[in-house]
Amino acid sequence: MRINCPNCGERDRREFYVKGAALARPAADATLEAWHDHVNLRDNPAGELHELWYHEMGCGAWIDVCRNVVSHAVLSTALASAADLGGAR
Amino acid sequence: MRFSGWRVLKEGLTGNKGWAPHWRNPEPKPEYDVVIIGGGGHGLATAYYLAKEHGITNIAVLEKGYLGGGNVGRNTTIVRANYYLPGNSEFYSHSLKLWEGLEQDLNYNAMMSQRGVMMIYHNDGQRDAMVRRGNAIINQGDDAELLDVEGVRKRAPFLNFDNNRFPIMGGLLHRRGGTARHDAVAWGFARGADMRGVDLIQNCEVTGIDIDNGKVRGVQTTRGVIRAKKVALAAAGRSGQVAALAGLRLPIESHVLQAFVSEGLKPVLNHVIAFAENHLYISQSDKGGLVFGSYLDFYSSYAARGNLPMVEHTMESCLAMVPALGKARLLRSWGGIMDMTPDGSPIIDQSGIEGLYLNCGWCYGGFKAIPGSGDAYAHLIATDRPHGAATKFKLDRFRSGHGLMDEEGSGAQHNLH
Repeated sequence: MRINCPNCGERDRREFYVKGAALARPAADATLEAWHDHVNLRDNPAGELHELWYHEMGCGAWIDVCRNVVSHAVLSTALASAADLGGAR
Repeated sequence: MRFSGWRVLKEGLTGNKGWAPHWRNPEPKPEYDVVIIGGGGHGLATAYYLAKEHGITNIAVLEKGYLGGGNVGRNTTIVRANYYLPGNSEFYSHSLKLWEGLEQDLNYNAMMSQRGVMMIYHNDGQRDAMVRRGNAIINQGDDAELLDVEGVRKRAPFLNFDNNRFPIMGGLLHRRGGTARHDAVAWGFARGADMRGVDLIQNCEVTGIDIDNGKVRGVQTTRGVIRAKKVALAAAGRSGQVAALAGLRLPIESHVLQAFVSEGLKPVLNHVIAFAENHLYISQSDKGGLVFGSYLDFYSSYAARGNLPMVEHTMESCLAMVPALGKARLLRSWGGIMDMTPDGSPIIDQSGIEGLYLNCGWCYGGFKAIPGSGDAYAHLIATDRPHGAATKFKLDRFRSGHGLMDEEGSGAQHNLH
């Protein structure tokens, strides 16, 4: 599996650390249920999934990777900082 | 049809013409007391114990493929009760006791082999963790012995004791652990359930779960509508998707775990051996192949195959720990899809929808749990109370944070298990 880092280009999967589903973060004062949902519960689709990958052995960017989890095909990548996952501040 | 030495002898002398199919292949009835979704080890064991322990026989097990074609036929066959945390400890202890009587109970040869599980440690910290774990295992009523390096050398002289980075200091031996034949476990439970009247329905995929006023009514399947008073999920790897049919979101990500088998060799490995470094585990099947595996690939996957970086890592670990295997050829590798929970421990619980039950989240350790899981799940379905050995496998623990069972001590987070 190769991942296209927006900064560095296409790189081997081994350069990256995977965090799991890319989810919009709730506000700090959100309810327990909202945080439980964010931290624990997952849609877990058999198809396209947005995930956060960290280019640990490259530029250090967090990347929003859209991947088909049945075929392992990487469909798109973008810097996570542009994906607006930070939640209400 | 009962199996016995006499029967095997008689069939051997008469051309093996008297063997009959081990289970029926019935058409689904319009209604059952209990419908179990998933005909793997856990689903079949649940049906068996529901019939045997609770007298509920109007049951259908619905399997979208064929019996034993999922994770129960796709694992490294290890059986053990060397867990540490309360909750896991008593459950796997219970499961191992059921394993020990399983073949007599099922009248089926599951090739249960208590060859011993030896966990190798490489440094002081790991030794201390093994001592603590060993004491916990003894306290739960099972067996553990701490071995020094000579104790390990006596049992497995071909290991790499002088590895520069990970020298072997000793091991924790769990004599009652071992392996069992994965397919035979599924077949034995299937036959035992069928003999008690359970309908095992293959090629029957569940496409919908009918819920009315917060109560389950039955399921939609590729072979028509089946009504049921109770519906029980046992669809490891696909639990998230099956639960979604009932509108539930679970604390589960599905990940792939790879395993490997070498060509058949003469007996070289007498135990199941697990190395604390690199998390390598290896055993030798009765057919001679070395069966081994390592970490998950750690990303979401529904492909029943892995990725080359983990193949490379596993081979490196294997050769670092057991260099004598350098010339053995790898016969095949495969990947199984696991329900991964944030704490790496399972869920056997009610779902919040009346009559709908959950058995999921077995992570990397579902095989050894099969009899215990079936027994505990059957108890929950029949009585609506948790079995005594599985009281901590609550769905709510992730929301409340109470009773998390993070056996590896890596933190209760999805991407760490």
